[in-house]
Amino acid sequence: MTFLETRELGKAYGQAQILKDISLSVERGDVLALIGPTGSGKTTLLRLINLLDEPSEGSVIFDGVNITALPEKEKIRARRRMAMVFQKPVMFKGSVRENISFGLNVRKMGDPRKVDESLRAVGLDSFGSRIASTLSGGEMQRTALARALVLEPELLLLDEPTANLDPKSAASIDRLIHDLSRKTTVIMATHNMQQCHRLADRVAVIREGRLTGLGRPEEVLAAVMKQDESFSLPSVTW
Amino acid sequence: MEEIWNGLLKAVELIARLDPVVVEITARSLFISLTSAFLAALICIPLGGFIEFRSFWGKRAIVNLIQTLYGLPTVTVGLLVFLLISRSGPLGGLHLLFSPAGMIIGQTILVSPVMTGLTISALAGVSPQIKETAKSLGASEAQVILTVIKEARPAVMAAVLLGFGRALSEVGVAMMVGGNIQGYTRVLTTAIALNTSMGDLELSMALGIILITLSLAINLVLGKVQGW
Ligand SMILES: Nc1ncnc2c1ncn2[C@@H]1O[C@H](COP(=O)(O)OP(=O)(O)OP(=O)(O)O)[C@@H](O)[C@H]1O
Ligand SMILES: [Mg+2]
Repeated sequence: MTFLETRELGKAYGQAQILKDISLSVERGDVLALIGPTGSGKTTLLRLINLLDEPSEGSVIFDGVNITALPEKEKIRARRRMAMVFQKPVMFKGSVRENISFGLNVRKMGDPRKVDESLRAVGLDSFGSRIASTLSGGEMQRTALARALVLEPELLLLDEPTANLDPKSAASIDRLIHDLSRKTTVIMATHNMQQCHRLADRVAVIREGRLTGLGRPEEVLAAVMKQDESFSLPSVTW
Repeated sequence: MEEIWNGLLKAVELIARLDPVVVEITARSLFISLTSAFLAALICIPLGGFIEFRSFWGKRAIVNLIQTLYGLPTVTVGLLVFLLISRSGPLGGLHLLFSPAGMIIGQTILVSPVMTGLTISALAGVSPQIKETAKSLGASEAQVILTVIKEARPAVMAAVLLGFGRALSEVGVAMMVGGNIQGYTRVLTTAIALNTSMGDLELSMALGIILITLSLAINLVLGKVQGW
């Protein structure tokens, strides 16, 4: 059964139509990559799926339920089965450990061992007691990832998860996402074609708010390259 | 000049040997103003949260009104509370006039606008991304609000401290509602006013020094809190 589906999803801010007619689906355990140039609407789409914004049209079907139509109380329940890592993560006041515990605490499921585990997973073993606001950009991004991973979400929404990282930590995060994808469904926005190739089971191309391609990475990327001269595989990013 | 200098020395002596009258008045002042600030915090922090987090008709106007009331003249509040609790007023039956309880009511009202307004500013200062991060990590609406209050804690603490400072240093409510009754409602400010007019400058100066020191201490704590 399709795990997550968007049906003719659209979002407008006043006169500006940011997303239009996005219909796509993700199977349980798949990694779907959203690629597209800057400003094309990738973040907006992730936010709609995470129920942070109301769509202007269409709906999001999550595990068979139209979650965009739910009352706020039940939206929280749906949201608690997902976790999103923002493009520019912000840290709560307090330590890295407190940041990572946040989601567990709001679920009244605090568990120090899980926190340790996820610190280790993102390579921040020794950072637990650091004040989160003193972290570097890349460390914050990894903390934000751990903060989501610790929740063992069924659906993980990642917005440019390796954009602020050096190649080595980016590769280790890629590996992490790859391992994760055996039990978790992942939707990941990225500019990075190689990352798409390595990690994605399916790729959705978004341009100016519209879905212009959907399929297996090699098909979609080949089609994109044919369409767009400016872009070839050696230039890894969009 | 001579007289003032001698008075100052005597004032310091009064403080140094913990003169019972000085201690008693200081303790009462602290008790009444701390209680007022505490009660006001109990009301103003949730009220500020409510105003900041809800959208409702007339919100802008209410925030404006609250900010206008920051400088609410203390004698106006004194008069208002006097009318409220005097024998023929709506709360006359409670016999609160010329009692510490009456003063606490008055000071609580007096500092509420500042405390509420500054709480609203403090909460509004928390970035919207914090709210969204909390929400996306599964926080309920109440948990999001709690998170924002936690993030704004230093600024909210500052709001409470400023309210406490205003309560401690005001004289209008204390005089009009408290009545400056010796051993019962006499506090630092009313005692200074009375003793100065009666020519007892030593006691006045002693109490004045204490009042200034307390204000400085509040400011010091304020500085510390804002550094958090
Ligand atoms: N709240 C908003 N109000 C108005 N316009 C918005 C708002 N949020 C996003 N937009 C616009 O919607 C468009 C899509 O933005 P979005 O952040 O989804 O792009 P993106 O694909 O994630 O880009 P990037 O790769 O740079 O992160 C942009 O033109 C952006 O300016
Ligand atoms: Mg984006």
